[in-house]
Amino acid sequence: MDAFTNTIEENKTHLSKLDNPIGDGDHGHNMSRGVKAASEALNSTPPKTLSEVFKTVAMSLISKVGGAAGPLYGTAFLNMSKYIGDNETLSKEQIASMLEEGLNGIKTRGKATTGEKTMIDLWEPAVNHFKENGTLDASIIDDYVEKTNPMKATKGRAAYLGERSIGHTDPGATSSGLLFKTLIDTAGLS
Amino acid sequence: MKKIINKPENVVEEMMQGFAQTHDDLVHRVGETRVMARNYEGKNKVGIISGGGSGHEPTHAGFLGKGMLSAAVFGDVFTSPTPDQVYEAIKAADKGAGVFMVVKNYTGDVLNFEMAKDMAEAEGIEVDYCVTNDDISVEDSTFSDGRRGVAGTIYVHKILGAMAERGASLKDLKTTAEKIIPEMKTIGIALSPATVPEQGTPGFELNEDEMEFGIGIHGEPGYERVKLQDSKSIAKEIYGRIKKAYDLKDNDEFVVLVNGMGATPLMEEYIFMNDVLALMKHDGIKVVKKMVGDFMTSIEMAGLSLTLLRLKDAQWLKDINEPVETPAW
Repeated sequence: MDAFTNTIEENKTHLSKLDNPIGDGDHGHNMSRGVKAASEALNSTPPKTLSEVFKTVAMSLISKVGGAAGPLYGTAFLNMSKYIGDNETLSKEQIASMLEEGLNGIKTRGKATTGEKTMIDLWEPAVNHFKENGTLDASIIDDYVEKTNPMKATKGRAAYLGERSIGHTDPGATSSGLLFKTLIDTAGLS
Repeated sequence: MKKIINKPENVVEEMMQGFAQTHDDLVHRVGETRVMARNYEGKNKVGIISGGGSGHEPTHAGFLGKGMLSAAVFGDVFTSPTPDQVYEAIKAADKGAGVFMVVKNYTGDVLNFEMAKDMAEAEGIEVDYCVTNDDISVEDSTFSDGRRGVAGTIYVHKILGAMAERGASLKDLKTTAEKIIPEMKTIGIALSPATVPEQGTPGFELNEDEMEFGIGIHGEPGYERVKLQDSKSIAKEIYGRIKKAYDLKDNDEFVVLVNGMGATPLMEEYIFMNDVLALMKHDGIKVVKKMVGDFMTSIEMAGLSLTLLRLKDAQWLKDINEPVETPAW
């Protein structure tokens, strides 16, 4: 979580800049507020179980991020926490299933699917790739993020712009890309 | 920006403090949260909560009290409250019979309230909800998928509030809400924009001689920008559109609401109501209840909205007329 917080901090301005033309320009700053709160919560009262770690992160993101990103990331982490249950270590297969549960949470909460220029366009191909190959690397993630650029938004704030959303990389997919890259570095997804 | 405030970032906090002290006979703030709750110690009645961005006063906290809402959540100005705050409202409203949420159709509001519902259910509180979408002026807008929820929402608060007071179940409230929502239709107009304190500049621009039809309560674009018209012409345009949206039957009965957006004087709201009632009389449409005033505003936007509610059930009118003890109904 500390690694993800650092990554978000480094990219805060970049994320907000991506959000400017197709959203309301606050995605990076909102995410930064959320991940900082999550790191603080984890450090001040360290959870006893892995499941609790994910739940604590979920609650911090839910209460501090705001907008649509808060509930979406929050639901993903809550679902992953539920999947983990009593497990303290996860096999690669279990990690894949856990990520899939997170993805399902985002889909249900956002009532969205792939191709709508949202964070799902990062989560779904990334989870599928990991499930099929047992590995992921940063360049694959970057590739999925870039693929949102020519998409026309049909969900989220950017949907209002219709055709004008084409040619902008989705900020939600970008921040999700940073999360996956952090997992590659720290949770053995490579 | 000319406003009677202290610091822009403190407007919601300071408004809540002022509101709680002013209406301490009816409401109280729940700890340090963004939740205001009705003073009520009873048990076993369904609690009704509502909320959303601030800036629409007296919505939502103005409708707290006996016969209406149990708790109201304050988001930042024009920004949805977060799920943890909505969850606090659910907890405050829960008296053992479950909690019903009245949500206006904005993407952020729906997401955050649904998330709060999941959190509450995980803790064993039964929650159900409805999403209002009475604004027929545009299908999708800046903040919503589908039609927006606006002033008509106060009738959902009022009717469900009366039912809950009588001891209706969560299921009864849901069923009635689903019947009311398709029967209410609203269109708003603006003469001048609102300024969100933290932004400091108006949300949109209108020339001195212009007005906009179909504007949303956050200043979202409407369907047409025209030269300023007189009240009769405005009434003809928006009442005409609303009327067309109903499949009218001979014995239909209506409630009519003229709602001010914040900066429009009551004098003009009454002039407009006069014009609407004349048109309805001419059409032979029966109006059984009329209301004029500022119920769901958009900070200091000048303008108003017209809401019609067709009464599918005679009980609805009784419930609307049922006396309440609230700061603003």
